[in-house]
Amino acid sequence: MGILEVRNVSKRFGGLKALDDVNLTIEEGTVHAIIGPNGAGKSTLLNCFVGKLIPDAGTVMFNGHSLLGQKPHKINQLGVSRVFQTPEIFSGLSVFENVIIPCFAKRDGSFRLHAIETVANEVDMVEKAEQMLIDVNMQDKRHMNAASLSRGDKRRLEMAMCLAQDPRLLLLDEPTAGMARADTNNTIDLLKQIQDSRNITMVIIEHDMHVVFSLAERITVLAQGTPIAEDIPANIKGHPKVQEAYLGGAHSGA
Amino acid sequence: MLGLDKNDTKLLLIVICLTMATPILLQPFAEGSGMAQFNAGYPDLMQRFAIFGIFAIGFNILFGLTGYLSFGHAAFLGVGSYSTVWMFKLLSMNVLPGLILAVILSGLFALLIGYISLRRSGIYFSILTLAFAQMSFNIAYSVLTPLTNGETGLQVYASDPQYLMDETSLTSTHFFGLAMSASQKVLFLGREFTFNFGYYFCAVIAIAAFYLSLRIFRSPFGLMLRAIKTNQTRLNYTGINTRPYALAAFVISGMYAGLAGGLLASMDPLAGAERMQWTESGTVVLMTILGGAGTLMGPVLGAGFIKYFENIFSKINENVLHQWFSWMPDGLEDAVVWVLHFFVGKGWSLTLGGLFMLVVIFLPGGLVEGGQRIAALLRRMRNKSDGKSAGDKPGTTPTAAE
Amino acid sequence: MDAILLQILNGLDKGSAYALIALGLTLIFGTLGVVNFAHGAIFMIGAFTAVAFSKLLSFSFVTLDPVKKNFLGKPLEIQNTYLAEWFGDTVGNGLIDWAVPLSILFSIPIMLFIGYAMERGLIKHFYKRPHADQILVTFGLAIVLQEIIKAFFGANPIPTPAPEMFRGSIDFGVLIGFAENAIIYPYWRLVYFLFSAIVIGAVFAFLQFTTFGMVVRAGMADRETVGLLGINIDKRFTIMFGIAAAVAGVAGVMYTPINSPNYHMGMDFLVLSFVVVVVGGMGSLPGAVLAGFLLGILESFASMNFFKEFIPGVDQIIIYLVAIVILLTRPRGLMGRKGVMEE
Repeated sequence: MGILEVRNVSKRFGGLKALDDVNLTIEEGTVHAIIGPNGAGKSTLLNCFVGKLIPDAGTVMFNGHSLLGQKPHKINQLGVSRVFQTPEIFSGLSVFENVIIPCFAKRDGSFRLHAIETVANEVDMVEKAEQMLIDVNMQDKRHMNAASLSRGDKRRLEMAMCLAQDPRLLLLDEPTAGMARADTNNTIDLLKQIQDSRNITMVIIEHDMHVVFSLAERITVLAQGTPIAEDIPANIKGHPKVQEAYLGGAHSGA
Repeated sequence: MLGLDKNDTKLLLIVICLTMATPILLQPFAEGSGMAQFNAGYPDLMQRFAIFGIFAIGFNILFGLTGYLSFGHAAFLGVGSYSTVWMFKLLSMNVLPGLILAVILSGLFALLIGYISLRRSGIYFSILTLAFAQMSFNIAYSVLTPLTNGETGLQVYASDPQYLMDETSLTSTHFFGLAMSASQKVLFLGREFTFNFGYYFCAVIAIAAFYLSLRIFRSPFGLMLRAIKTNQTRLNYTGINTRPYALAAFVISGMYAGLAGGLLASMDPLAGAERMQWTESGTVVLMTILGGAGTLMGPVLGAGFIKYFENIFSKINENVLHQWFSWMPDGLEDAVVWVLHFFVGKGWSLTLGGLFMLVVIFLPGGLVEGGQRIAALLRRMRNKSDGKSAGDKPGTTPTAAE
Repeated sequence: MDAILLQILNGLDKGSAYALIALGLTLIFGTLGVVNFAHGAIFMIGAFTAVAFSKLLSFSFVTLDPVKKNFLGKPLEIQNTYLAEWFGDTVGNGLIDWAVPLSILFSIPIMLFIGYAMERGLIKHFYKRPHADQILVTFGLAIVLQEIIKAFFGANPIPTPAPEMFRGSIDFGVLIGFAENAIIYPYWRLVYFLFSAIVIGAVFAFLQFTTFGMVVRAGMADRETVGLLGINIDKRFTIMFGIAAAVAGVAGVMYTPINSPNYHMGMDFLVLSFVVVVVGGMGSLPGAVLAGFLLGILESFASMNFFKEFIPGVDQIIIYLVAIVILLTRPRGLMGRKGVMEE
């Protein structure tokens, strides 16, 4: 039994079959990449994980709970965190405030009228947030306005925010999209470091094969809404079906 | 002190000192001098400073922190006034039961309106609150006449039951025997200072309201509200249910508005439906933005600024203008006076509207931001004149909420 | 039956005004993405161009009556309008009598200019700012505009009558086979309805059948793509702002005989027009028109005694009530498109 179980998921948009009977098991503690050419249904699948889309058929179970049609905050409280294509952070707030919010969310749940205590006096939370910033090597930027960070730093901050919740599953939607090579490498290093230091299950959706093969322990290839192969990276590289799917497509490195 | 850090304690102390000294500070000109008409230390005006300060502080908890722009807060002001006057009619002229009822009822009313309105955000939220307020106004004028006394407005009559009144009770509004209208006049250096109990009553409540808002700003709850303003998507994916947070902010600010409405009725036991009209909601929006939305002091400054200049400007008429510009050549004088007379006297609203536009366009942080910019400029100039350009710190612009 | 018809007719004139204002609001919102709280003020200014124009027409000089004396025993002063002096009594006084319809010609260029100036001078700078800022700055503008009007025209309503031939009422019922005096309807309201139908038709035809309109509609659907095609969409949108202002302006002009204009009529109509826009569906032109008439008629029905006895005060709140229900159950309004201001 994996931590995330996708069973017979199908989704149509009008005449287009975006997902066709997808079955997928994500094992706890692994880094699992989902790749595929454009339009293969990767984003649709991810949107089914986070409750944004409800598939026409099938189930998505996380740790025994169905995720279908759930509100984002409920899904998160179950232990699923998400990294967006463009980093979603609290731009008007300081870096430190960005990180302490998920700490509170983890401790206090989805709502608590906690209006009298001062943030600075919540020593445990402050310490935890500081630690998170140290983990992603941003402690010297704690007072900066998050809006003024570089793209790479925004990504690091978003990671720190996700990690502050000690998630059991981390969903990464093209974490290096639109990044310069240096930033991409930094992000890979950061993810590797997270992978080594914590035992978090990660699902990565990614175009960049360099990222995928640097990180993934297991890879699922989607093509036209169906998984056509699932294996360890070494075997995916030479897989004939995969090569066929990518043939004529973007340069894949496969 | 009081769970605040050093800077906040200082801020609170400054606010307390200023509020306590208001009757002196607003009376800078000697009686009988030409400028005496610009004194503003009258009890009813000062009471309004404090009351609208409370209204704006509360509105700021919603708009300043969460960014939800409500155009319906006048409805809560009205509910507060009506409930307080009803307590006068039923019990006695002691303001305490009225104020308590005002806060409770406006809170409940805000809960209802907020629960529905907050199902939508952005402009839809604004329009929903607008629709609710306008609806309350219309109902108060028509169907609810038995409760609101319609166009005449709700007043206390001698025939009212007033169950808690006995022969010794005061017939004007009071707080356990201390009449709101009680004043002590002090003549000092040709200046007449009026220390009015009603003002100090409002002022103490206003300080408490400010203190509470300070605590909310610094609390995890306040942090969540600010996060709502910047990025709801991330907040949802951080496991936070944004709606109860926004609703709590809405209810709290509605209660502030109800308290302000109750205080208005406590100073002058009268409540009319026009207090619920949406343009009245516009006034508190103006105050908050003008002062600086999302800042602690902004709404207070905005309320004070608007009420003060409303008073001053409405006293300037063409004769006064002619006096001021009599040193100019006649033709020019007439021209200047002709232009200016649109902005003073009854034209105060025009000045206010123009000023408000300028602030929204050029100074989104309001007067507070303006002050910060001037302070930064002065600091830079001083540094330059000291010739210590080497130690010039990069202009640290404090974020609004800090 | 005749009672129902009468209520529908009664609702039409208010509905026409709502529809015209909401149409302009939607044009601005759909093309420029701006929430314009000053649109009510534009309607009000339109009404006051009619006031100004009729004052202009009736500029007069004073002569003394050689025979008659006033009650103080001085010669009676007679007001002579220049128009009557120049063109003779019939033509001159006829012109004055027709001041309101004629001021449409006077107001259109003025309103186009005001709209143009507003967009270039102010609104332009707010495209990238949050909607809240747009609301705030246009709200401020609305205050300024109405205060300027108040400074020049005073605070009291100014009666501005319709031409002589349209005063009085028509027995509409007789025309369609009802009993006499069953459906009495003022002429001018009929004129107003027909007029607004023409204006609405003209706006739709303009958008539908001209190249300019086609580009604007394309721009409303997808601004970026149209911009990429090398079409200067901004310029067209500016013109659309002017047109929206003109529509609201003439709506105000023609409304003056129905309700004497005062400086705060804009604010009164603004709230209702926003409600209309939201009910119709943000960004949908047919929705705005439909909702305008629908709500006007609904309001008129709610003021029937039958309904008032049933739910007291329903006429005061019906529009808001409908708006709230629609917003909560059909967030996109009656005819709203997907993706327009979802959040």
